[in-house]
Amino acid sequence: MNWGRWLIGGLAAVAAVSSLAVAQDDETEKAIERYRQMLRQDPWSNPALLDADRGEDLWKAPRGPKNVSLERCDLGKGPGVVDGAFGELPRYFADAKKVMDVETRLLWCMETLQGFSRAELIKRPHPAGGQPIRELGAIATYIASKSNGMKFAAKLDHPSEREMVALGEAIFMRRSGPFDFSCATCHAESGRRIRLQGLPFLSDPEAARKVVGEWPAYRVSSTHVMTMQHRLYDCYWQMRMPELELGSDASVALAAYLVSKAVGGDIAAPGLKR
Amino acid sequence: MMRFAKLTSVIVVLAAFASSAPAEQKSKVDPARVDTAVKSAFPGAPADWQARLTPDETMQQCSAANNTPATKVFEAIQAREKAAIKYPADGKFVGDWKKGEALAQSGYGLRFTDTAPDRVNGGNCYACHQITRQELSFGTIGPSLLQYGKNRNFSEADAKRAYEKIYNPHATFPCSLMPRFGTNSVLTIAQIVDIVALLMSPESPANK
Repeated sequence: MNWGRWLIGGLAAVAAVSSLAVAQDDETEKAIERYRQMLRQDPWSNPALLDADRGEDLWKAPRGPKNVSLERCDLGKGPGVVDGAFGELPRYFADAKKVMDVETRLLWCMETLQGFSRAELIKRPHPAGGQPIRELGAIATYIASKSNGMKFAAKLDHPSEREMVALGEAIFMRRSGPFDFSCATCHAESGRRIRLQGLPFLSDPEAARKVVGEWPAYRVSSTHVMTMQHRLYDCYWQMRMPELELGSDASVALAAYLVSKAVGGDIAAPGLKR
Repeated sequence: MMRFAKLTSVIVVLAAFASSAPAEQKSKVDPARVDTAVKSAFPGAPADWQARLTPDETMQQCSAANNTPATKVFEAIQAREKAAIKYPADGKFVGDWKKGEALAQSGYGLRFTDTAPDRVNGGNCYACHQITRQELSFGTIGPSLLQYGKNRNFSEADAKRAYEKIYNPHATFPCSLMPRFGTNSVLTIAQIVDIVALLMSPESPANK
């Protein structure tokens, strides 16, 4: 056996197999891209817009024990201002003395203005497969849709905001649990996949600008809208960690870290995902 | 004028330093703050899941070094993790490749929804590795393992090395991204031996 020939034969075989897999990937990607194009031709066909509409009704309707609407909720640009508010979150809120993302802020407003129980709201905040998104998530989808087409413009310059971004980065890198995973295990390099699913390099602004602004997004595989908080919860589930609490400092810190990388990128929410 | 230009450039340089200072500060966060934030983010975690929230010494060192530890830390991790490896009692490292293939396909286990009493944990090897020509749905976080045994002449020493890499990859590659399947009790010794067979058995499709 000639070693050189063996090596060349081996390399050719490897190349043939990997090009087959790549070809299959390309086919899947092309099909999804065609789907996305069809949606762009008809921007009203994303099912997430139904939830954005539902969220708008929920935002405006008097609800909760105090029977008031959320139109006095200050998302950072003044009470009731929704246009462009999502694009400047997360931010520090002096009334709550906390940095909040859109969902955490809505949680705060639903509790303080409408009198809902925080404990009830965070008990089962995310839909199971096939279920519609819960009310808080629908409102978040509406708020995000009102920044659609704008760019991420979170300042993140308040000391508390800077601290949250740094905390988010530390948590992003922190490995623990039975699989020794951190967020960076999957998202610290470009061009990698899990099975056939491509993984964005989220610490890279170029990649973050492309994907972070697509959430909340309608997820075809689970047939509902998924918010950023739900997406993070789902990552931790896969990482063999316990259930991430909606509105926890760690969840807001991770969202702040991702947005800090995505600043300047387009908001295309609600998006559409596999 | 000349002097003014020089002064301006000095100011520019100073400004560059000044603006880089907050960036330096930004990356620093009190480790105790991180611990508190993580522990309070998972309030529903049952008592026997609490350990998952805290990195052990090796994970702390890897996270702090962005998974590229300096030589001394590298060596300390390697020695510590090597000592944590337990070996099959009968000294046999190559089990049943068919069972290994099933384990390589399965991603079941240890998630908070994985509550079936009779289902065993999988290794989910294909999530990150190419192993056989038949399975086209493979990930690329880890290297391709096609022809793994054949490339190593099916040697017993390499079967043992493969076992060690699966049981505790840090004993070979400190701060590897791969889970410590044996040390962290994800897989049993018998299961790891079956996965070694998927890589090292001449009959395995990985070597065809």
